[in-house]
Amino acid sequence: MIETQNVYKSFGENEVLKDITAQFKPGKNNLIIGTSGSGKTTLLKCIVGLHEPTKGDVLYDGQNFTDMHFKERVHIRKEIGMLFQNSALFDSMNVEQNIMFPLNLFTDMSHSEKLDRANFCLEKVNLAGKNKLFPSELSGGMKKRVGIARAISMQPKYLFVDEPNSGLDPVTSILIDHLIADITQEYNTTTVVVTHDMNSVMGIGDHIIFLYNGQKWWEGTNKQIAHTDNKELNDFVFASSFMKAAREKL
Amino acid sequence: MFHVLGRYLLLMRLSFRKPEKFSVYWAEVMREMVSQGVGSLGIIAIISVFIGAVATVQVAFQLSSPLVPQSIAGSISRDSTILEFSPTISALVLAGRIGSSIASQIGTMRVTEQIDALEIMGVNTPGYLISPKILSGISMIPLLTIISVVLGLGGGYLACVLSRDIAPSDYIVGLRDSFKPVIVTVCAVKSLAFGFIITSVCSYFGFYTKGGALEVGQSATKGVVFSCIWILFADLIITSTIL
Repeated sequence: MIETQNVYKSFGENEVLKDITAQFKPGKNNLIIGTSGSGKTTLLKCIVGLHEPTKGDVLYDGQNFTDMHFKERVHIRKEIGMLFQNSALFDSMNVEQNIMFPLNLFTDMSHSEKLDRANFCLEKVNLAGKNKLFPSELSGGMKKRVGIARAISMQPKYLFVDEPNSGLDPVTSILIDHLIADITQEYNTTTVVVTHDMNSVMGIGDHIIFLYNGQKWWEGTNKQIAHTDNKELNDFVFASSFMKAAREKL
Repeated sequence: MFHVLGRYLLLMRLSFRKPEKFSVYWAEVMREMVSQGVGSLGIIAIISVFIGAVATVQVAFQLSSPLVPQSIAGSISRDSTILEFSPTISALVLAGRIGSSIASQIGTMRVTEQIDALEIMGVNTPGYLISPKILSGISMIPLLTIISVVLGLGGGYLACVLSRDIAPSDYIVGLRDSFKPVIVTVCAVKSLAFGFIITSVCSYFGFYTKGGALEVGQSATKGVVFSCIWILFADLIITSTIL
């Protein structure tokens, strides 16, 4: 389980996160939602250690990650997998090398074992046989799936996903959502997804945190979100006339 | 300025932490050596031959007196090629070729979150990205300088054959006359220092790139400009210290 305790983050005078306390449980798809600029990605970056919180703590299974030095963090980082908004695949490496990269650095597996693991991960994301393609030869959806394959190559305990659906068509978006949900269930990972895609919210949102102006404004499940009377959340979720009409039919 | 210097020194310290896995880093060093060394061979060969030839022709023109032996042109060409033209001109050209490539490569990795991805995995990113480039720079740039010296002197010989201003045999006599080994030491120290400056300064500007494609270009430009300034500064310091 991951916990954030009274996390604040400021960039100069600009306070982006204010007193965020939350728990992200294993085996659940934990979604952080909110409008652009509400602090979703900043919170995610504070949790994974790419940003240091100005105040407050981040705990991984009770261990205070914020207080740790670089070397102490490495053993937790080996258990983290992350899919970035733009996939962040290494341009100079092909698909197979991208997936095998963390295995090369942090395991003593033989080459054939690493290759087997890479092929297994590629099959998992329905990209079997695409080993030798370079990131420049992949579509946006394929890049995301390779990013997921790389993220799960080390069998992570914690999976972080930043805007998995950005720039993707609805069919591919749903495919990626299902992939994330399947991995969470199968490996019992603590999955944290930052999104503003309502299909993801309704489809896989086991636990949802709504950020508004850098504060935790609402917390619940995808079943509760349709019936909430929280004005700001309703304005966000039911922003389009299509969603408003859908809500009236609920 | 002190802030930049402090950040640069801290980055260099992080770059030389113990690697996570030596074999992975070694593979990167080899890849960089091919990219920096073999990739720069063509441009270094061309500029060395031409600079050697031009230097010899100009020296011959300036010393066209019956009181000065023709072989002196060979000695002057040799000393200026070994002391200045090969290490410094090569380094300035390599700052453009290797330095801009390093800064834009690392800068692009920064703005496309590839460096963040490495950090999330627990990789010491300065070590993985920068140390192989520096190790490659301080080994390949001296080698390229040696090649440049040989080709520069060869270019001088070629100029003698083609222009007939100096007899090629006089040029050879001049090359061998009153040779002082200290100039080779100066050349070696310069090329080592320039290799370190080009790779570390450009890595620094690439690593701290913020923004997008525009800023990547700006980082590459800054890397090359600052490398050139530091090369010229180090050139003066090394020359005045050793000679």
